[in-house]
Amino acid sequence: MSAIITANLTKKYGGLTAVDNLNLTIEKGELFALLGLNGAGKTTTIKMLSCLIRPTAGDAVILGESIRTNPNAVKQKVNVSPQETAVAPNLTVFENLEFIAGIYGQRADSARKSAEVMSTRLGLGDVLGRKAKLLSGGMQRRLSISMALISNPQILFLDEPTLGLDVVARRELWALIKQLKKQVTIILTSHYLEEVEALSDRIGVMTKGRLVAVGTTAELIEQTGAANLEDAFITLSGGVV
Amino acid sequence: MKVFLFAKRNTKEILRDPVNLLFALGFPLVLLFLFSVINSAIPAEANSTMFAIEKTAPGIAAFGTAFFALFAGMLLAKDRTTSFLMRLFASPMTARDFIFGYTLPLPVMAVAQVCITFLAAALLGLPLSANTLLTVLVVLPVSVLFIGLGLLCGSFLNERAVGVICGAVLTNVVGWLSGIWIPLDLIGGAFKQTAVILPFYHSVEAAKDAIGGNFTGIIPHLIVVLAYAATVYGLAVVAFSYKMRSDKV
Repeated sequence: MSAIITANLTKKYGGLTAVDNLNLTIEKGELFALLGLNGAGKTTTIKMLSCLIRPTAGDAVILGESIRTNPNAVKQKVNVSPQETAVAPNLTVFENLEFIAGIYGQRADSARKSAEVMSTRLGLGDVLGRKAKLLSGGMQRRLSISMALISNPQILFLDEPTLGLDVVARRELWALIKQLKKQVTIILTSHYLEEVEALSDRIGVMTKGRLVAVGTTAELIEQTGAANLEDAFITLSGGVV
Repeated sequence: MKVFLFAKRNTKEILRDPVNLLFALGFPLVLLFLFSVINSAIPAEANSTMFAIEKTAPGIAAFGTAFFALFAGMLLAKDRTTSFLMRLFASPMTARDFIFGYTLPLPVMAVAQVCITFLAAALLGLPLSANTLLTVLVVLPVSVLFIGLGLLCGSFLNERAVGVICGAVLTNVVGWLSGIWIPLDLIGGAFKQTAVILPFYHSVEAAKDAIGGNFTGIIPHLIVVLAYAATVYGLAVVAFSYKMRSDKV
């Protein structure tokens, strides 16, 4: 079974079409990257797929459940790490993890255990008792991803996970995301081409709300006759190399 | 279950912010102390009870709950602007979980604040009695009014705007129009008429009547407060539910 199948998924804000008839299939265990310029529709797509906003038209089926007719079932199967670092600042790392596990239905003892396991797995063991607001940007982002993973989602949406991080923190997060590959289906948005190239199995390029190309890095380069992914992306985005 | 987990998280967020504690506990105590100093400076022959502890303490107790508008509004606005709320909207939490989760900790904190205010007032000469407990109950709907106001502002405004409206503006409006700083009869006219239309004066009068044992006097004031509290809180619920369904958190 595919993880995600979208059918003419569309989102309009007044006269502006943010996502235009998106037709896309993402397989289970795949790391799929959505690439696009600002305003291309990447974040809007993720918001629709995670049931944060309703599509204007079309539908998406997530692990057999429609985002239109059964958003609650979808919410149990997916989780999101938003673009901004979405953590509770005055709660400790452990409390943040325990809280999210709890609201996804884990009992108190199970939530505590999950928080311990997740913090160890994601390298947060040494800062468990520290308030989230006192962590570095990289560690906050790590916590944010841990909070998305603690509900054991089958699909994880990572919206620009390394935005604003320094090069070391970014590489650490790459290593973390590589660890997660195959265990969970990941949909990642990013502006960083080297990140997309290093992490993704397939790439979808969005321009002005439309999906203009889908394929592996090699396929996109071949399709555009470009020398590298950056040139391929610029060509697909309507720019001049 | 989820609602209690969320309420627990919100309690920690509020109580772990030292600025909140300073406002919630410090400001009413400072006011109490100042009024006590003013009262002791008034010569006995003036025969004035304007700043007597029996008059000021219930007013300060009611006024102090205005800070809960700031706490509720700031917390919600911060959750919205940092995308924390977006993360939670993607979870299986319902609108009811959110609204009660934001609300529940605050009346409990308000009761604690009012009790501390009265204990401090007792040290300054206020006799504690069953009427003190009644006053705590009377102040409870006042806190709900302010919590509703905070949630209403927090649903639409950013932290900075909430800080201005629910902090500086609201505390001044409540302070002046409730009559705790200057008795409204001394000013009269349109000022008093405006104050009587709004709930703040009635919240202070209800608290004064409660502590003074004037039980029949409480009801008319409390009815005004309850009507405002129900309306404002209802509007906050509608605003939050709208925000939850809208495209922009």
